[in-house]
Amino acid sequence: MAQPSNKYYIPESTRWPVIISAGLFIMFAGVAILLNGGEIGQYATYVGFAIIIAMVFSWFNEVIGESEGGIFNDRVDTSFRMGMFWFIFSEVMFFAVFFSALWYARNLSLPWLAGEGNNLFTNQLLWEGFENAWPSNGPGGMGGTFEPMAAMGIPAINTAILLSSGVTLTIAHHALKAGKRGILNIFLALTFILGFIFLALQVEEYIEAYHQLNLTLESGIYGATFFMLTGFHGLHVTIGATMLLVIWLRCLKGHFTPTKHFAFEGVAWYWHFVDVVWLGLFIFVYWL
Amino acid sequence: MSATAADIHDNHDDHGPVHTGIKRWLFTTNHKDIGTLYLVFSLIMLFVGGLMAMIIRAELFQPGLQFVNPNFFNQMVTLHALVMVFGMIMPAFAGFANWMIPLMIGAPDMALPRLNNWSFWLLPFAVVLLASTLFMPGGAPASGWTLYPPLVLQTGDAFPFAIFAVHLLGISSIMAAINIIVTIMNLRTPSMSLMQMPLFVWGWLITAYLLIAVMPVLAGGVTMLLMDQFFATSFFQAAGGGDPVLFQHIFWFFGHPEVYIIILPAFGIISQIIPAFSRKPLFGHSAMIYAMASIAFLSFIVWAHHMFTVGMPLAGQMFFMLSTMLIAIPTGVKVFNWTATMWQGSLSFETPMLFAIAFLFLFTIGGFSGLMMAMAPPDFQYHDTYFIVAHFHYVLVPGAMFAAIAGCYFWLPKWTGHMYDERLGQIHFWLSTIFVNLTFFPQHFVGLAGMPRRIPDYAVQFTNFNAMSSIGSFGFGLSQLLLVYVIYKCVKGARKATAEVWDSPEGLEWTVPSPVPYHAFDKAPTYTPRNWGG
Repeated sequence: MAQPSNKYYIPESTRWPVIISAGLFIMFAGVAILLNGGEIGQYATYVGFAIIIAMVFSWFNEVIGESEGGIFNDRVDTSFRMGMFWFIFSEVMFFAVFFSALWYARNLSLPWLAGEGNNLFTNQLLWEGFENAWPSNGPGGMGGTFEPMAAMGIPAINTAILLSSGVTLTIAHHALKAGKRGILNIFLALTFILGFIFLALQVEEYIEAYHQLNLTLESGIYGATFFMLTGFHGLHVTIGATMLLVIWLRCLKGHFTPTKHFAFEGVAWYWHFVDVVWLGLFIFVYWL
Repeated sequence: MSATAADIHDNHDDHGPVHTGIKRWLFTTNHKDIGTLYLVFSLIMLFVGGLMAMIIRAELFQPGLQFVNPNFFNQMVTLHALVMVFGMIMPAFAGFANWMIPLMIGAPDMALPRLNNWSFWLLPFAVVLLASTLFMPGGAPASGWTLYPPLVLQTGDAFPFAIFAVHLLGISSIMAAINIIVTIMNLRTPSMSLMQMPLFVWGWLITAYLLIAVMPVLAGGVTMLLMDQFFATSFFQAAGGGDPVLFQHIFWFFGHPEVYIIILPAFGIISQIIPAFSRKPLFGHSAMIYAMASIAFLSFIVWAHHMFTVGMPLAGQMFFMLSTMLIAIPTGVKVFNWTATMWQGSLSFETPMLFAIAFLFLFTIGGFSGLMMAMAPPDFQYHDTYFIVAHFHYVLVPGAMFAAIAGCYFWLPKWTGHMYDERLGQIHFWLSTIFVNLTFFPQHFVGLAGMPRRIPDYAVQFTNFNAMSSIGSFGFGLSQLLLVYVIYKCVKGARKATAEVWDSPEGLEWTVPSPVPYHAFDKAPTYTPRNWGG
């Protein structure tokens, strides 16, 4: 590997971002047309998505090539670390909104609809007889009677799976630092396999919710917060597991050294973040 | 260390962009090119948003319906706000950040150059998505930029397009903010400590943290709107246990920090300009930093003062009233420190300084009316009247936008290598200042007398003040054409500017030639704070 340069690496030009922006534009326009009932929107959605995937692939491919070419010095590495950290922070804030909506519904809007505080007439005139309870699909009984998702079934198993994946990832990381590539490859593979098993079980849970519990997106505020929180979390698990798969393939190709492996650590941070969000979900969405 | 004296690699000082023509701008990773893109984009959006304002003011010139129907009027109100906030003023400051932060802290470029390109190029696509809503069945959103449900859910086909436009704008802001934080924290020249950083850099650092914290919140909120509309969720529906007021909480948890996202970079620019033309160091450099940090912190705990009339518990009204009033303290620190900077200074009144002083006075007027509204009981009278419109236009137009114009005059010679036409600049200043007051000052009166906002018609007793306001706004709009001409003339070439441009202002950006070379700091420069003596 070439000696890292003293110079802070600045690419001379890049074509990926502007094409990704165009891809996002096409995809979002397509989804918007679909939502408005225009079937033709699906083609734009596929085309836009394909552009994004191709460009992300090319962008990362180029950066990985540069990284392996040794032109990133320590300061570039620090930039990547800081960037990843603050990106994860923005994701935390994104999840915070949905947790806040859950908190607001349980502690403010439902009690108010049931007449708490100075809202007696809201209850008497608009929603007579409604009592505050959780889970709830509201005084209008939106989506019909449903059963909530029990915490101790699939969700508990999924908690165990995600927590184990955190452990296997840490073992892989220690193996990488110790230069034990065999252990690294095995435990990293275990990690993303656990991730994909989690996703499969999550799909199973959704099927159960829709077909047996009548728990749907339409099931009032419970259904809304349940599916949006677990859904966005599932999306992040998908992204995280895909990233784990990518760095596993890179490990197989012999990328990363015991001292320089930002991509591995960035993905690990992301995976732990997804893990912590799940703990929050398990406690506040399923359990309490 | 980004570069050291031992650096043996070839020096890029003398080489320019690798591409020419349109490719240079599409594929650029250079902070100056991207800064220029942001600024040009912002200037175009100023006229797009401005045209919408002109339609609003033309309609309000007389009572009764003159030109547009009420629904279109509200579409103009909504798009004017979204374009001005997300298309004009935020990109303007992002442009200044791109241009000036690396120069001020001695960095070779922004830390993540490809991401920087992405942050900019998301914007035109987002704005096209937003503007396209005007041509859809049902027209653009007519809910105001606050997008309150259930009103916003009555939008026609435009609804998902507008939501996705907000998503793209959010991604752009978050990526830009990450880049700015990383650049400041990682690429600052080692000889400059955090507390020695220029105020503009500090203003943007704090702004970037605010952006990362609140743009995702907006994204989440508008996603809930989308789900309520198309997938029958009940986030904002009482029948399902949700609450439309929840959206207001989410929106303003984003929205209040957002107004400081707009004003903190403006504070930063003013804090660069006033010392330069007072030939004195900024009074209370550290106090100014702490004041900005306090304002940023407080911005997270005051959001519900936008919602005093929604029926909050009394304790909530008390809390948000008092926390809001606290903001007057750090803001007062800033205003007094700018004034103290000028005290006994050797003042000169070039165009940037004129705009900065106008900012100081007029922003303070906006601050005072803000204090009036902070009080919950009187706010029941002010709520949704033209008094609010007058208040936030005072902080945004002669506040944030004047700061952007001041920054533009201040740094234009540095960017282009030419001095702008001082005489035209001063004419532009006087026209802008007179017309901006003519536009917005009468709105205080009609607002206090009860004229509601977002209504295209009004009671006849408000006619005179509205006519004044409309004349002022046309004058203000036309005056900005002069700004375009001054910039054009300056770019085309005029008297050469020196490296220092002004009378020895302080800062690393004045140590590099004007115009700034394509790669200014290949090696980390040594920063030595100036000894002002005495």
